[in-house]
Parts: sequence; C-alpha cells; structure tokens
Amino acid sequence: MVNLNSNVPEGPLAEKWTKYKAGQKLVNPKNKTKLDVIVVGTGLAGASAAASLGEMGFNVQSFCYQDSPRRAHSIAAQGGINAAKNYQNDGDSIYRLFFDTIKGGDYRSREGNVYRLAEVSNNIIDQCVAQGVPFAREYGGYLDNRSFGGAQVSRTFYARGQTGQQLLLGAYGALMRQVKLGKVKINARVEMHDLVIVDGKARGIITRDMVSGKIESHFAHAVVLATGGYGNTFFLSTMAMGANVSAAWQSHKRGALFANPSFVQIHPTCIPVHGDYQSKLTLMSESLRNDGRIWVPKNKEDAEKIRSGSLKPKDLKEEDRDYYLERRYPAFGNLVPRDVASRAAKERCDEGHGVGTGLAVFLDFKDAIAKMGKKTIEDKYGNLFQMYEKITDDNPYETPMMIYPAIHYSMGGLWVDYGLMTTIPGLFAIGEANFSDHGANRLGASALMQGLADGYFVLPYTIQNYLADDISTPRMSTDLPEFKAASKNVEDKMSRLINVKGSKTVDSFHKRLGHIMWNYVGMAREKKGLEKAIVEIQELRKEFWKDVKVPGLLNDLNTELEKAARVADFLELGELMARDALQREESCGGHFREEFKTPEGEALRNDKDFTFVAAWEHKGEGKKAELHKEVLNFEFVELKQRNYK
Amino acid sequence: MDLKLKIWRQKNQNTKGKFVTYPVSNISKDSSFLEMMDVLNESLIAKDEEPIAFDHDCREGICGCCSLYINGRPHGPDEKITVCQLHMRKFKDGETVVIEPWRARPFPVIKDLIVDRTAFDKIITEGGYISVNTGNAADASVIPISKEDADLSFDAAACIGCGACVAACKNASAMLFVSAKISQFALLPQGRIEAKQRVDSMISKMDELGFGSCTNTGACEAECPKGITLTNIARLNREFIKAKVG
Repeated sequence: MVNLNSNVPEGPLAEKWTKYKAGQKLVNPKNKTKLDVIVVGTGLAGASAAASLGEMGFNVQSFCYQDSPRRAHSIAAQGGINAAKNYQNDGDSIYRLFFDTIKGGDYRSREGNVYRLAEVSNNIIDQCVAQGVPFAREYGGYLDNRSFGGAQVSRTFYARGQTGQQLLLGAYGALMRQVKLGKVKINARVEMHDLVIVDGKARGIITRDMVSGKIESHFAHAVVLATGGYGNTFFLSTMAMGANVSAAWQSHKRGALFANPSFVQIHPTCIPVHGDYQSKLTLMSESLRNDGRIWVPKNKEDAEKIRSGSLKPKDLKEEDRDYYLERRYPAFGNLVPRDVASRAAKERCDEGHGVGTGLAVFLDFKDAIAKMGKKTIEDKYGNLFQMYEKITDDNPYETPMMIYPAIHYSMGGLWVDYGLMTTIPGLFAIGEANFSDHGANRLGASALMQGLADGYFVLPYTIQNYLADDISTPRMSTDLPEFKAASKNVEDKMSRLINVKGSKTVDSFHKRLGHIMWNYVGMAREKKGLEKAIVEIQELRKEFWKDVKVPGLLNDLNTELEKAARVADFLELGELMARDALQREESCGGHFREEFKTPEGEALRNDKDFTFVAAWEHKGEGKKAELHKEVLNFEFVELKQRNYK
Repeated sequence: MDLKLKIWRQKNQNTKGKFVTYPVSNISKDSSFLEMMDVLNESLIAKDEEPIAFDHDCREGICGCCSLYINGRPHGPDEKITVCQLHMRKFKDGETVVIEPWRARPFPVIKDLIVDRTAFDKIITEGGYISVNTGNAADASVIPISKEDADLSFDAAACIGCGACVAACKNASAMLFVSAKISQFALLPQGRIEAKQRVDSMISKMDELGFGSCTNTGACEAECPKGITLTNIARLNREFIKAKVG
C-alpha cells in the first residue's frame, strides 16, 4: 500500500522545522558507531551528507563513479548560491526567499520543505566561509552578492564563475577529513546498479567496480541517494557525460515512487547546438543576465542577413533590435526566471527572428562594457567569456554572445517526505535526486543551496529519526538471499547487454532517444506529440535490446558497457517522463503544454485539478506505471498566476 | 579535416602498452578534441574493435577528469584550457597527433589513456581542509577578509586537480598542486590555525607517494589549465620553513 504522507509537522510555517527537531528521535554517540550508512554520489548533497554523518559518528561508505569525489558534477555550477542573509539591506528575509522559491516553482512544491530550505540557507554560507571557501568580497572585506533570475533582491553569494567548484571542494575537504579520521570510506570508480531490500527496508546496494568489472554487495542500516538529475535522458544537456539516473531508477523499480518526472529545467543561456557530432552543451551562467541584454533583430530580413553573415550584429541599429525580455517583462527584464526566458527565446526563433543557425539569440555586453568598462566586466565574468571564446572562436567583448536554451536540471526525482525518506523505509534521497523543493521550475543559485541544505543541515537530523529504531539491528551478512538475488540481477543485466551483439552503438540509441525527448517532451509539449513519443520510445527500447552493440569484456574497464547500462535506464525513464507530461493537462514552470496557455502565450496553470505531486509507482517490466497523487496544501501562500511584468 | 592519430594503447596496469596509429577523416574544425575521439571510437566499435578508454566527464573544463598528453603537452597545444575545451581548429589538416596518458610513476596507467590519480586524494586527506564540523560556524560576516587576499586565495583554489602539473614536470613533482591548496588556506585567517601541521603533513605524504622534487623549472605553471602560478610554490616554501623553524 502506497503511503504518500508528507509528514510535514503541523503548526506555523516558521516553527515547523524547529518543532520537528525538538520532537525527533536521536541516536546517542555510542550507538552511532554501531550504525552504517551508505551515501551514493559525492556532489554537494552527497559529500556534505557523508562528511556530516561521519562527523556525527556514523560509519559511512561513500560511492562515486568518478575517479575522485572531487569531480562530481556540482563542480560545474557557475553562478552562485542563494541565502537570505540580507547583507545588502535590500529587503530580503527568510520569508521572501521562501516566497520567491515557491512562486518561481510555479506553486508545485511543498511549503514546509521550501520554508526549511530558506531557513537553513544562512547556515550554509557560515559553514562554507568557515571551511575556507573563497567567496567574492568587496573592498571593505565583506561578502559580495549579486542578483539572479526570479528575485528582486541581491542574495546570491558567489566565487567568480566557479561557485559550484569552490563549494564542492569545501565539502570534499570535509569529506576527506573524515576519511583521515576513519569515519568515511571512499569507493571511487564504483557505480551503483541495484538496491537491496530486506524485510521491507533498504539494507544495502549492489555495485560494479568500473576498473575490474566486479559486482559487489554492500550492507548498511540506511542508504542515501545523492545521485543528481536525469537531464542526460535528452542526450544533449549541460550535465556531465557520466551523469545518469540508474541508482534512482533501480530504486524506483524496487518500490520507490518517482515524482514529477516531466519537470525538467531548460536553461536559457547555453551555447547553441552547432553540429551532430556534438556531445554536450555548455552553460553560460545566469549571472551574465545581470549585465548582458538579450535581443534579436526586430525585422526578419535583418535576422536573415545576420544569419548569412552579410550584416554584423554590432552594426544593427539600436532601434532595429528587439530586447524582447525587457519589452515583455519590464519589472524583471532580463532577470525573469529560466522557464520564462527559455520559452521567450524559443518563441522569437520559431517566428524567424533567430540568429546563428536560426536557433540562437544574442546576449550582448556592449552597454555594460560602455558603462562599467571592460576591466569590470572581465573581473566579473572573465572565465565565462574565455570559455565562450574557446568553444565558439568568437570574442564576446567585441561581438554579442549567441545563446539558446538547453536541458539543465531535473526538478523531478524520487518522492521523499519531509524527512527526505523515499517510499522505501531506510532509503533517502537528497539534492537534485529528490523532487521536493523546486516545484515545476528551479530558480538560479538554488540548486547549490538545496544540495548543501539537505546534506549539511537536514538529512543529518532526519536520518537519526529513522535510525533511532535501528540501534539494535546487527550488521547483516551480504550472503543473505536478498543480496544474492539482487547481485545476480545485476550480473544478468550486464551479460544480457554484452551478449546482444547487435549492430548499433550505444551512443546512436542515446542520440535517437534525445531527439524524441527534445522534439516531444522538450520546451513545448502537446498531447499528440507526447503520445507519439511514448510509442517511439517503446519501439526504440525494443530495438536497443535486440540490436545494441557493446564491445569489450564484462570483467574489465568497459566504458561502452557503463554507457549501455545507463542508456537502458534512460530508455525506461523517458517513457515515464512523457506519460507524466501527458497526464498533467496544464502548463506550469518548465512544463509547457501548447494546449494550456494565456492569450499572451504565458503558462496557464490549472490549480483546481493539478495542485498535486505526481508520484509514479513501478508496476513491473512492460506494465504501465501507476499514478499516485500527493495533494499540495497551500496554507500560507495564495496561489496566483506568476507575473514578472 | 583529416588527421593521423598515434594513440597509446595499454590493456591494463600489468601489461606493456604501445602506440597504435589510427587515421580519422572528415572531422569538423568546430568539434572539440574529445568529440573527435568520440567519432574515432564510434568507428572502432563499428569495426568490432575496442574503443579507446579515456577519462572525461563535465566536458567544460572544470571537473579535472580529462587528462591527455597531446603532442608532448598536457591538455594539448592551446593555453589555459583542459583537453575537453580544446578544439580541432587548433590543428592543421593532415597533421599527425600523438596522444598519450599522463606519464608519472605516482599515476599508474589503468587502461589506455586512463591513469590512477588517487595519490592526489591521499595528499588532500592529510590536511587539505580546515577542521570545522558542520554546525560549528559563526556568522559569515564575523571575519572581514581583504579583497586582495580573498582574490589570491581564490586564484589558488581554482586548481581542478587534473595532474597536468605532474605530467609536465620532468621530476613528476606535485608541488604546484600541493602549493595551490596550501596557499588557498594560508591566505585566509580561518586557515592559519592549522597552517603548520597542514604544510608538514601534506608535504610528507607527497614525498611518501613518490612525487619528485621541485627544481623550479616552471613547466607546471606553463601547462596549468587554470593559471596556477609559481608564486604559490614560493608561498608553500615559506610556509614550510615557518612550520619547521617558527
């Protein structure tokens, strides 16, 4: 029986978390040493959780597929991390950060979780500064802030364009300190392929050693998934090449409900696609929208001239440019939330005003350079400009950047309650891997905040509430039949993959899946297209298992086998994403259904019928997943149509 | 463009490797170097050959995974970037390109172009952090830090731990890597408390793992994709002497 009780404590919003902590069960220091916890993933959420749990005295096993925990993809986050410090004295507060996040998420997230996130945001900045994270400072020595989309205050802390890197290295340092103290063991180049459940509780995982190919079993009293998002379902995204959904997906197949899979974020400022050999898309930080102005030519004829190269963008007269975000949304201008900015870019390009290949718009720093000088712009964005130039061979100081939306972040993920526990007791999901805080659209600089909030300040409390009942459970042998069965399941899957011996490469399937997803489950979705996508994905999946070609050996470092296992899971998740998008007959945040929009083309929510979390239950191979609904109760915020005008 | 690639192939740590030559054709000059490798791998799979194993992940120059030694230079012929940011427009049509793994005893080859860099994690484990538990911290604005120090600290902290400095060094010294971490903390008041112990234990671990000595050649600085400077090594030396005599 599926229980979708969110377990959010009763009472006033601002007292919920305090009340939870006051009433929760704790584990005493001596008992902590008897308890083992597995943390999968070493990004911001995973590294901070593993380090904190180690500090508290638990025995932690940490896993990552990279060669070092320091390389998890949080490292690539550029712009910043939000906190309600109000150091700028511009009217910020915990409530305002909470409200902006709820509104930014288009009222599809849980009030209690989001308020807690805003509440602990300030502790994160304190913690990171104490760790020696070199945040940007002003000449007086105090911390600097900048603005991000969806907010009218400056609450974003940053370390040049490498905030994610600096925060992750801080968490990685904390993690390695626990390695030194013997409380954490790192398992690098090891990938999780299955979850082990004993008597209804998560008790371990099955992994594959990516160097030797060995399938191994690991026991723990609780398992934490910090495995990130599933943007790579689209093949082209801003995710790392290895980022995958397999740990979460296998847990879903073992009983964890998967929430709002169709909620993926399409980031408006990425370097446009330029060729079919392309392997990934590069993000240009949202912080660029602080000073850069987005435009396309007002007249289609000028757009065509720019596309063919007969007109240089900088030679187009000011009155012939359409700064469409400033025009449509004067209050927020270039700093509207990501979903709004992405759709506006698509709309202009679909109308024939695009530049480059036709699927690009300009992000122009001409005015900012004239006003502040090249040096200031270089200080603020130097590394991003350099990155852009290396990729495109264009100098953004002289000619405007070209950008286009790309898949970036997954708001959906494993369903969790207020304690971040999935529907499987003892299985927790934190960071991007869960669904709980960003609703249908995430605001910029909030992913880093959520990852570290979950890992440093939420999970270390809530996991104790669960483990307190487990203090007399002895360590289990991995010879138990449950471990053996799960292990065999993984071995069988790997040998099935390698023995298909078909004719097409893994990447070729992945690219085809990506095309289906981008065309039908991308920025604009409609019923017919989604139905088509479901059929096409099912056919592609069948073809994959008949005709994929995986060279190499099982018991060896085999990059194609790794990819094949991941793509097999993307081929299943892709269908669920389309189903979820199909059932949600409204537009909200990053989920835009062509059938549901206002006369001005803005997203049109249907609060009466869709104010719920769609949590999907796996019903077995080849069977349709079952939809369960967690109704979202808004006690403190009034639901309104988002207005950034 | 068409190229001739001479690539190091090695089955595993215990077998001897060798160069194998692969021609590639019709490569777009706008593709990245690793995308060119993808194209080659797809063609190898089509011919029932095993693809070339190489480390890569973020493909935007920040995770530090990619680690190819191209035409005698770590991360190839362009300045201040990683291999994944290197584009084919930096090469000439018809050119022969030699691709090797990082070569340094503390970084043994795992397979083909993949090396084991856990030695770096081991050095960090010895003190590449400030010992602060979650929840210990005071308000972030309590300690003002001059912009200059914060910026210098950031410059050092920008290290991605790729190991190009070790690969570039004739002695396989890890001094640039270690000095970046030492400098990041030496420049901040929070980092001063453990400064002596940090430099002492990280240096000992570095020596123990078999990294060579620094002879101030500067190849590390020249090849560092993140522009970490030799100044950091000078600062490390100063910190080391302070720890020993001060």
